[in-house]
Parts: sequence; C-alpha cells; structure tokens
Amino acid sequence: MKEEHKHKKTRRYGMVIDLDKCTGCGACMVACMAENNVPFREDETDKLLSLTWLRIYRLTNGKPFPETDICYLPRPCMHCEGHHGHSPCVSVCPATVTDYDWETGIVSQIYTRCFGCRYCMAACPYHARYFNWWDPVWPEGMKQYLNPNVSVRMRGVVEKCSFCFPRYQVASEKAHAEGRRELEEEEYQTACTQACPAGAITFGDLNNPKHAVYKLKKSPNAFRLLEKLGTNPKVYYISSREWVRRAGDNYLEHEFKEQKV
Amino acid sequence: MSTSAGKTKDKESQESGVRGFIFLFFFLGFFVFLIIGWIVFPGLLYSKKKQPIDFNHALHNELVSDGCESCHYFREDGSFSGAPKLAQCIDCHEEVQGEDPEEAKFVEEYVAKEQEVPWLIYSRQPDCVYFSHAAHVKMAEMECSVCHGPIGESEHLKVYEKNRISGYSRDIWGKNIAGMKKNTWDRMKMDDCSECHVRESVRQESVQTEKGPCFVCHK
Repeated sequence: MKEEHKHKKTRRYGMVIDLDKCTGCGACMVACMAENNVPFREDETDKLLSLTWLRIYRLTNGKPFPETDICYLPRPCMHCEGHHGHSPCVSVCPATVTDYDWETGIVSQIYTRCFGCRYCMAACPYHARYFNWWDPVWPEGMKQYLNPNVSVRMRGVVEKCSFCFPRYQVASEKAHAEGRRELEEEEYQTACTQACPAGAITFGDLNNPKHAVYKLKKSPNAFRLLEKLGTNPKVYYISSREWVRRAGDNYLEHEFKEQKV
Repeated sequence: MSTSAGKTKDKESQESGVRGFIFLFFFLGFFVFLIIGWIVFPGLLYSKKKQPIDFNHALHNELVSDGCESCHYFREDGSFSGAPKLAQCIDCHEEVQGEDPEEAKFVEEYVAKEQEVPWLIYSRQPDCVYFSHAAHVKMAEMECSVCHGPIGESEHLKVYEKNRISGYSRDIWGKNIAGMKKNTWDRMKMDDCSECHVRESVRQESVQTEKGPCFVCHK
C-alpha cells in the first residue's frame, strides 16, 4: 500500500498562518464555532472543560518593558501526516474512529464510533482534541442556526478541527454535478481562513504548485510546531521574529539553527 | 426378586417420563421464544405509519418527460431536492383533475391551504451520514432503482415503518430480520454502501482500514 501511494497523485490540504499579520482578534475562533456547531456553556471560565477546535495562544518573549513583544498563535488541528499517515492520534485509536485519508491528507473523526477513551487526546502533542463532558445545550432558538452539513456531537466523544471537511463535501458535490473531479483553490476554503480580517490564514493543497500555500510554506521564515517530534504537521506558521520561530519547539541552546535568508 | 425387578422397571419408566417432560418443556420454550424473537418482536419493534397521501408513482411517471428527475431534481449547486415541494405539484394540481379521492384530498388539504405535505422519508439516514446524489447519479451514472428499488413503477406508497428504539425507517435495516438481502435496494446500512465502494474501488485510501476513508460517507 505504501508503495502505491508514492506513485499516486495525492492532495495534502494544509494551512499557512502568518503570525506577523495575526492580531489575536479571535474572529477565526468564532467562525469556527459557528461553522462546526461547537457547543459552549454558560460558564466558560474553566478552559479545561471548554471546546475550541481552533484556539489562539498568546506568546510572550518574556523580556522587560522596552523589548516586550507578544505574538498570537492560532492553533487548529495540525492534521499530522507522521510517517506514512501514522499521525499520533490515528496510531493509538482502538476503535478506528480517527483515520488518515491519502486523497485529502485530512485526519477525520467519526463521532458516532468514538467511545470516549481519550487515548487520542493523550497522544496529541498539540492539545487539538477536545472531549464532550456534556451533551450540547443550545440557547433557545439557536438550534435553527446550526450548520446542517456538520453533525452535532453527543456527550462522551472526542472532537477536533476537520479543516471544515463538510465544505469539501459540498464543493465536491457541486463539482460532480458539473462533471468535474478536481476542485479549484477558492472552492474549498475553511471558515477561519475566510473570517480572518487580516488575511493571516492561507489554506490550500500543499502538493499543488498553483495554490498559494505551496509557495508560502517554502518561506525561510516558515516553521511548524514541535517539528522535532516527527509528527509532520500540515499547518505551517510564518514569522519574521526569531523568538517566535524559536518558540515553535523546546529547543536547547545549541539546537536552534537560524535559516539563512 | 421379581418384585424388585418390577420396581426397577417402574423406576426406569418413571425416569424416562421425566426426561420426556424435560425435553418437551425445553423444545416448547425454545420454539415459543424463537417465535417471539423472530416474528412477534420485529412486529412490535416497528410502528406503522401511512403516508399523508397515497401517491401513484406509475401514473405520474407516464406523464412526465424526464423520468425520476422531473420531480426529484438536482439544484444548481449540485444538491439533491429529495421529496418534491408543493410548488412543483401546484402547476397541474391547482384544481382537482381526476377522480382519485387521494388527489381530491391532496388539493383540499394541502394545495388549498398552501401547506407542505409532511412526507415520511423512507431513506432518511442518521445525522452523521453524508450522501451525495450527484456523485452517484451524475458521476457514477447509477440508476435510482439500485438503491431505491422499482418505486417509480409502484401504484401505491408502502407503509412507513419506524423503529421505535432508534427512530429510523425500516428501509435502513431492511425487512429481513436476519439481515439477508436479495436485491441491492433491500437495505441501506453502512455495510451495503461499503460493499459497493470496495467492489468499485472508490477511493480506497484509508491508512487505518486500507479501504474507503471514513470521511467519504461521514460528516
């Protein structure tokens, strides 16, 4: 099987996030929750219990006043490819709930198969997976606003960012009706990409030279989170600031090598 | 001696009588529960509902030009319209045309009141299932009857049977309680979809199963 895939033309949907543009406004988080029917609670103070498929982290360089600098880092699911599609969560799932698809490169999650052991949550080094401790409770009238293309989750299952895969399904359906098999770049875009007012998020096929992400990921300022682990994530970050790039992993003093521009 | 031999014989016949009773009770119980399990319970499991209007597919099929797609059409974005809305029927059925009491009922109760008919959908899948008609009908050029059966030739709508526990239509699980099927349209379970997907090798690109990835048919 592995040999076969090498010869086949595969798509690898991925994201490039420009951290220099990100203002930390949170529009992507809101768009994500609305698009994917992510439940919320009246009291969201305990972040260990809340669900955020896409979460913005605040990084600081830890220096005193004149040199103080902060950076906001949106973190979706990285859709790790690992080695031969064995991303950390896919390898450990005992129920074949989560799966790696060679055709799109997306790590899927089938909620109705999940029995809530949370092994995948322990395996994920990015904390991208969330557990439903309760059945969702929607404020009155909000059920009418739910996205019909995304199935809602029940208590006791794990969920995570799907790169808005239902949007891929909708776009494919339209393409099929028109007799096409290939999708254009703009036909399949995630909700967070479209919501970002700064245009910091770019989404597309990392294998397709026509897509913007293909070029962006090759930027000398591009890096991935926890690169050393070998998870081979499909979310790239760009920052012109060295301390931000260094924050992408737990580098020791001698390990971090500055790429020459 | 003779009396003791008679006693043992008596004992033996008594024992065989007891054994007979045990066998009788065992098989009686066995068959009673077999009948309950295979005939009575499946009957109780499904509640039966009649469609609001007994629609005649055969009659309409003769009058339209484009087969099933005349009423069950694709929208511009590739999505499938499913059961027709009142707007499609109203062109012909503004007033009663024939002598069928079902048509009169339809015009009086729904067209005159401008109310949609609450059709019961036989093939409604669970929320987690994604199905694209365009992929099957347009791309794979499959006939509607492969999954839906010869419903286009039927003169009456069958009774809608709803599973009291799961709430799904019986057409999903299939009529046969043992799970046997003779026709492709007898069942609409995950195995039935994957059977065809494996045979036609539709995107066998999963790392976990080396078959179809989950996100092909799930959402």
